[in-house]
Amino acid sequence: MSKLKSIKWKHYVNYILVGIAAVVFTALSFAGELNSSTLVLLEKVTIAVMLAVSLSLVVGFLGELSLGHAGFMCVGAYLGGKAAVLLQPSLGEWPALVISLLVGGAVAAVFGVIIGLPALRLRGDYLAIVTLAFGEIVRTVFMNADEDLFGGTLGLSTPRFDKHYLFIIAFVLVLLCLWVSQNIIRSKHGRAITAIRDNEIAAKATGINVTKYKLVVFTVSSFFAGIAGVLYSYSNTTVQSDVFDYNYSIAILVMVVLGGMGNLTGSIIAATVIISAQVFLQTGLTGDLAVLQNVVYALITIVVVIYNNAPSLKGFRDKYNLGNLVKKFRKPDPASVHDDEAKWDRVPTKIDMDEVLSTDIQPSSPFTPDKPDKGAN
Amino acid sequence: MARNKTVEASGTVPSGDVVLKTENLGISFGGLKAVQNLDLTIKKGQLYGLVGPNGAGKTTVFNMLTGVYKPTTGRFYLCGENLTGKGQETINHKGIARTFQNIRLFNNMTVIRNVMVGLHNQPEFKCGVFTSMFRLPRHFKVEKAMRERAKEILRIVGLEEERNLLSCNLPYGKQRKLEIARALATNPKLLCLDEPAAGMNPNETADLMRIVRRIRDEYDVTILLIEHDMKFVSGLCDEITVLNFGTVLAQGSPDVALNDPEVIKAYIGG
Repeated sequence: MSKLKSIKWKHYVNYILVGIAAVVFTALSFAGELNSSTLVLLEKVTIAVMLAVSLSLVVGFLGELSLGHAGFMCVGAYLGGKAAVLLQPSLGEWPALVISLLVGGAVAAVFGVIIGLPALRLRGDYLAIVTLAFGEIVRTVFMNADEDLFGGTLGLSTPRFDKHYLFIIAFVLVLLCLWVSQNIIRSKHGRAITAIRDNEIAAKATGINVTKYKLVVFTVSSFFAGIAGVLYSYSNTTVQSDVFDYNYSIAILVMVVLGGMGNLTGSIIAATVIISAQVFLQTGLTGDLAVLQNVVYALITIVVVIYNNAPSLKGFRDKYNLGNLVKKFRKPDPASVHDDEAKWDRVPTKIDMDEVLSTDIQPSSPFTPDKPDKGAN
Repeated sequence: MARNKTVEASGTVPSGDVVLKTENLGISFGGLKAVQNLDLTIKKGQLYGLVGPNGAGKTTVFNMLTGVYKPTTGRFYLCGENLTGKGQETINHKGIARTFQNIRLFNNMTVIRNVMVGLHNQPEFKCGVFTSMFRLPRHFKVEKAMRERAKEILRIVGLEEERNLLSCNLPYGKQRKLEIARALATNPKLLCLDEPAAGMNPNETADLMRIVRRIRDEYDVTILLIEHDMKFVSGLCDEITVLNFGTVLAQGSPDVALNDPEVIKAYIGG
């Protein structure tokens, strides 16, 4: 038991969460308890979780606002899908899957570097606009590309992977994505990245290579977005460029913001809840009520945001907070108070969007030259 | 802690014991000459003070020395190496570290992590992104060593007990000390302190004086500091330069420079 206590559960909570879900649903699937709509829902949820976690690296930890995440996913979906189409007949299903995942991820990562390069010069709102434009450009290029190559407006027809296995693969990839992301965050490199977010001027003065770390984060983030895109192409039988519009990017951003900036567990839960809510609303509200789908979805989002952030609800939140309830039942461990590791991955869970944006250098404010007071003497 | 002292082949190269030398250093913003004709020579192990009334250009000098601003005239050398116009990160790697007048800590990190960010570029803690990404043994070794070193540095400034607090929760005086610790962690040759005693009570100031002396003695760094507290300056510094309106009013030992009639005029407005 003492050994169990010494493990830092906080480090593993994400793996445990995803792992349990993976095991439970795999077992249910093999027992034949899951119908095909549930399997498709699982695929959608895992793809969304991967997107949210990878975007969280950029928005939550690096503190840059990226509105083009769907663009990276689009690159991955088209190129990974194309690779799958080309390779499946000759190589068979599994090797084609592995190769197309790598192709989709790698090409998206290259685009991440290309977008990361201007990110070194642009800050805050300007970077958001550039990434937004990038997403739209990618989408339009694929839509107008050669019809034989990428299917034009009709979309690229991709092979459907066996749905009894695809969601398991997706779960494994989510775990991989979490592992890589958390390893980066919980290392000296993660410290450098959060230092850039907290105070870029101080980070530079401390000798942190801001350029390098921005590129690293953009690359890793877009790599996993690309992989999510390939999974999407395997999950859907067609890849249409309309899907990856800015609304999709915003939807991913909403997951990250709702989950709390720089909180991977929050992002995972938010992605799951949002996608499930969307799917249930789509199936639940049909006929005349279909128009209410978006209204209800928006209302849920607003309520969650207000509940999480309104100062007047703080007392209520503290009272019914899951973490606090758990603490009540657990004796505080005196050893943990002076343990550095206990607060090792401490990151703020709720940064206002303003705050994330305002970490940038405002050219006028911090280093205004000391103006001599001409009135003196 | 061997550093390669590459000496530029050209021009006037300051000799061995000089850590920082500026030649005719100046910057103008539009028509405003914020600093002009600044010649400083700071020797190894010196505690050098930069004083002057508000708006004299002291912080601008720091900003030039740390690469925030590019000087419009003149050059400066660190141990004989010309660093004029280099970027902030490069200058830090070469050995100039600074603190800020308005405190700039990494507020959402614990105290010890702030110092560990300072240790990031030390060669003995080198560890690639992929090493960390795949959790190779080196990653754990480096993390442990960094933590130990950070504790050591925190001990010097007396913040060891507070190492697990979020840095934004520290009182003001301790935040200033933490900034010094973070700058010290980058293993500088020249440590620039921008008003380290601002906002401190007399006890804290006395404590800070002890800390600054101890840092100079134990860490083999040269210290350049800006300060308004004349007691602090005259008690601590070996040599000072008084600036006013971006030009040098007086240079020399504190007793001489602070009693210069020009300096008294500038301060009291005689």
